[in-house]
Amino acid sequence: MIRLEQVSKVYKTSTRPALENVSVEVDKGEFVFLIGASGSGKSTFLRLLLREEVPTKGRVYVANFDVARMARRRVPRLRQSIGCVFQDFRLLHNKTVAENVAFALEVIGKPRHTIRKVVPEVLELVGLEGKAERMPNELSGGEQQRVAIARAFVNRPLMLLADEPTGNLDPDTSQDIMLLLERINRTGTTVLMATHDHSIVDSMRRRVVELDLGRVVRDDARGVYGVGR
Amino acid sequence: MRASFVFSEVVTGLRRNITMTIAMIITTAISLALLGGGLLVVRMIDKTQTLYQDKVEVSVYLTNDVSETDPECAAEPCAGLRAALEADPAVEQVDHESRDEAYERFKRIFEAQPELVKLARPEALPASFRIKLVDPERPEVIDQTYGGRPGVESIADQGEFLDRFFGVLNSLRNGTFFVALVMAIAALLLISNTVQLSAFTRRVEVGIMRLVGATRWYTQLPFLLEAVVTGIVGALVAIGLLVVLKVTFIDDVLGGSIQSGVVSSVDGVDILLVAPILLLTALVISGITGYVTLRLYVRT
Repeated sequence: MIRLEQVSKVYKTSTRPALENVSVEVDKGEFVFLIGASGSGKSTFLRLLLREEVPTKGRVYVANFDVARMARRRVPRLRQSIGCVFQDFRLLHNKTVAENVAFALEVIGKPRHTIRKVVPEVLELVGLEGKAERMPNELSGGEQQRVAIARAFVNRPLMLLADEPTGNLDPDTSQDIMLLLERINRTGTTVLMATHDHSIVDSMRRRVVELDLGRVVRDDARGVYGVGR
Repeated sequence: MRASFVFSEVVTGLRRNITMTIAMIITTAISLALLGGGLLVVRMIDKTQTLYQDKVEVSVYLTNDVSETDPECAAEPCAGLRAALEADPAVEQVDHESRDEAYERFKRIFEAQPELVKLARPEALPASFRIKLVDPERPEVIDQTYGGRPGVESIADQGEFLDRFFGVLNSLRNGTFFVALVMAIAALLLISNTVQLSAFTRRVEVGIMRLVGATRWYTQLPFLLEAVVTGIVGALVAIGLLVVLKVTFIDDVLGGSIQSGVVSSVDGVDILLVAPILLLTALVISGITGYVTLRLYVRT
């Protein structure tokens, strides 16, 4: 599903590489934590998968896409197969919950009858049935993140990238969000989550890939956050 | 491509930056109205030129004694001159005008100023040949061939006066085009600025669109259409301005000169011909400006 082969990324404005000789492979349906301190290269890792950046060296494969070398006009196809969730939710505050989710389908040209059908389904999946007509600022942080997850998942992507999805949430709400991500993972969707949250990583006992100064320093099949650190 | 989605995005964008939208429409309209005005002046010059073309004459004035002694142009040197002119391939038509006929014409032209007519004596007016040329653009051939011949007093070319007249119209046109160009640059910068502003105010939407895999058409077409829509509205306002200008200024102020055939009129057909040019100019310029701005300033 994801394969990075000896990937290095050096930003023009920096002398130190953001990623250095990183090789990681993630299979379909896996749940992977990407951990590491700020500046360790987690965000660059995710941006490479989305082709927000191209690697300085190495190859990046996502699904059947040769991400680093694909033509620009095919990038939308790649991104349609990846769902994204962020720490700051990134909802549109002038649209209702349902409109926020529908927006993701409208802008990729899905027909209206499909949108009318799948938006309520995905809102039910994330536990927001009955809140479709609310505005985002009427919701709690956890609910807003559910809307964001619904939006990321509504097009049934092959893979969900989550960048610190619990960073703004209290521990209980974070647990709920993790349960939701697990449920999405059980539908066969690959989940890759960058996080700082020790307790979540420790309690989930999933695969952990740790980055430090742009290098992979650990890749445990059933890891915890900070062994021996 | 969902047209309704793009359309609603365009309307939202235009309403969100309503002050910029209005400024953009005004500058575009003024610029295009000036361009249209310039084009109308060009058409007016063309038509006035053809209006005069058939009337332009070269006058060969005869000396005082020929005018006095030979009113029928039967003797030399007048008859010889007439024969030479009639045989000249550059000359289309020759009419002899005797001193009395010249006086009659003088009285007719200045009948509104009887005191002038009272002052004039037939003896002061020379007899002349009034010549129509095959090629009105080249009056100097007459001067070269017949100037200084016996019996010829002087040769006058009405074309010279007309050249000066058209010179004034041409500078008017050039001035109009220059101001139109300056305004067009202002309009261009405003369009570019508005597209950037619009893209900035909607950066969250655009960010999400990119992320969920919307194509460039979806992310950028709304901005491009905003520019084009304001451009076209500006062009329509400009056309309206031209119509108002025609009704209030040209018909009212120049009405007298137009009816007496001094200058040619600007009619509805002229504006109808200029209108599509203005619309097309607005479409192309706003479209290109919008596209270039997006390529330069907005990430895809």
